Amino acid sequence: MTEPAAAAPVRWRLKQPSIIPGFGLTLGFSLAYLSLIILIPVAGLIWRTAELGPAGFLAIATDDRTVRALIVSFGTAFAAALINVVFGLIVAWVLTRYRFPGRRLVDAMVDLPFALPTAVAGIALAALYAPQGWIGQYFMPFRIAFTPYGIVVALVFIGLPFVVRTVQPVMEEIDREVEEAAATLGANRFQTITRVILPGLAPAILTGFALAFARGVGEYGSVIFIAGNIPYVSEIAPLLIVIRLEEFNYSGATAIATIMLLISFVMLFVINLIQAWSRKRYGNG
Amino acid sequence: MAEKGRSSFRNPADESFAAKGVLLFLTLAYLALFLILPLASVFIEAFRKGWTDYYEALVEPDAAAAIRLTLTIAAIAVPLNLVFGLAASWAIAKFEFRGKSFLITLIDLPFSISPVISGLVYVLLFGTQSVLGPWLKSYGIEILFAVPGIVLATVFVTFPFVARELIPLMEDQGTGDEEAALSLGASGWQTFWHVTLPNIRWGLLYGVLLCNARAMGEFGAVSVVSGHIRGVTNTMPLHIEILYNEYNMVAAFAVASLLALLALVTLALKSLLELRFGAGAAGGRH
Repeated sequence: MTEPAAAAPVRWRLKQPSIIPGFGLTLGFSLAYLSLIILIPVAGLIWRTAELGPAGFLAIATDDRTVRALIVSFGTAFAAALINVVFGLIVAWVLTRYRFPGRRLVDAMVDLPFALPTAVAGIALAALYAPQGWIGQYFMPFRIAFTPYGIVVALVFIGLPFVVRTVQPVMEEIDREVEEAAATLGANRFQTITRVILPGLAPAILTGFALAFARGVGEYGSVIFIAGNIPYVSEIAPLLIVIRLEEFNYSGATAIATIMLLISFVMLFVINLIQAWSRKRYGNG
Repeated sequence: MAEKGRSSFRNPADESFAAKGVLLFLTLAYLALFLILPLASVFIEAFRKGWTDYYEALVEPDAAAAIRLTLTIAAIAVPLNLVFGLAASWAIAKFEFRGKSFLITLIDLPFSISPVISGLVYVLLFGTQSVLGPWLKSYGIEILFAVPGIVLATVFVTFPFVARELIPLMEDQGTGDEEAALSLGASGWQTFWHVTLPNIRWGLLYGVLLCNARAMGEFGAVSVVSGHIRGVTNTMPLHIEILYNEYNMVAAFAVASLLALLALVTLALKSLLELRFGAGAAGGRH
């Protein structure tokens, strides 16, 4: 900021000069705390996986129960995130465009899954969607709780705010004149929404989907109460980690955790790419 | 975006009345099915057998111990992450340095890690099969299946909340106020206390609220490191699980209703902050 543009060409420096004090202290503390709490423990996990060797790792990774648990986790998280994209878009649209009594209350309620502890959500959903539950009884003989569908229900709850909250601010920014222009040019309302509005929302939708999906894959507390936890059928990967730990099978737990971490890192990378791409293209994140 | 002038003429850049009705119905039905009913059922199940059973479930010694432990854990974990959040956002928002975006990604890391894995990393670090665990034990320090382990796992899971809230807020505010204070002779600490902190106080409060809600409600990470010793290392969410598995529904939902109440208070305060200080960051931007 005070740096003359032409001066001092190629000298590497960590930070731009500033008169504000405390850079060393705050950055040093942050890095030390980050290393102690997050980086060293996570590095330990990766270290333990490396000790297994490629053959040992592959044996666990291709174990039938591991593969099934991963498929259940990723499959149900994907389905739940898709449901949340569809309904999240509708909720965001209704909340930004329509005025109705209680709108503020509804808007505030959307954040409930962020604030409600997962175990509380888990027992409440299990009680509701059980065969004799308030909601579950109307679906009999089709069972929701204690099947993979129950997992999807829990993950829909957990991921509900993500799409709404990523899409909402972008929707608020939409210029109504663009829609009016589309209408004057002969587009009907459906065409305007699908061809004009939705493409602009695509990066936000993708981000919301990725966030809900990533959260769903790792979710544990709300799922285990409603899933039934039948091996090969409704057993999620985080639960398999817990089971392996209870068997003192540390290598098993470690390997499954590493596979999940790797996939999560790829997800994180993709989210960052989408956001960078959207900033470049639409000027917002 | 307020609708001006209602007439029988339908704005072609607006949905038909029927379409609006269907969308509104879908929104309310979806939220009722997945949010309102679960929340309501917590309180209905808790009071199924009346006030006395509800009260008994909360004052019973194991439940009381779980409530105390949860409060203790939050009282340690939240201030730790508060100090970190302030330090990290000061370094990130007030200075330009290399590797900044990488650092932000690292801070966000716990959001994309399964809570179970957050617990697992500490089991690997301090468990009986590790180097560190037995060594600490020889000095009488217990980490795993004791309070320190639960605190560590909770700190891990709630790590980004305060920083995440403050970084965009402080980046928006820039460095002008601080530079003015410093050039008028204020010291670094004075600038922080009298200029920066008042600017970010609402955003900070919001971050602390979210951090606290998660710290008190964390289940997966704590479940892995706690050892589930009743009355000793059982937090409220773990106590709920035990009661539920014993088919003691009234007691399980009674303890759950306390946490649901915490969630409602958190949401109410959040809405209040947004109402008074603008949507989005809930921060003190004027």
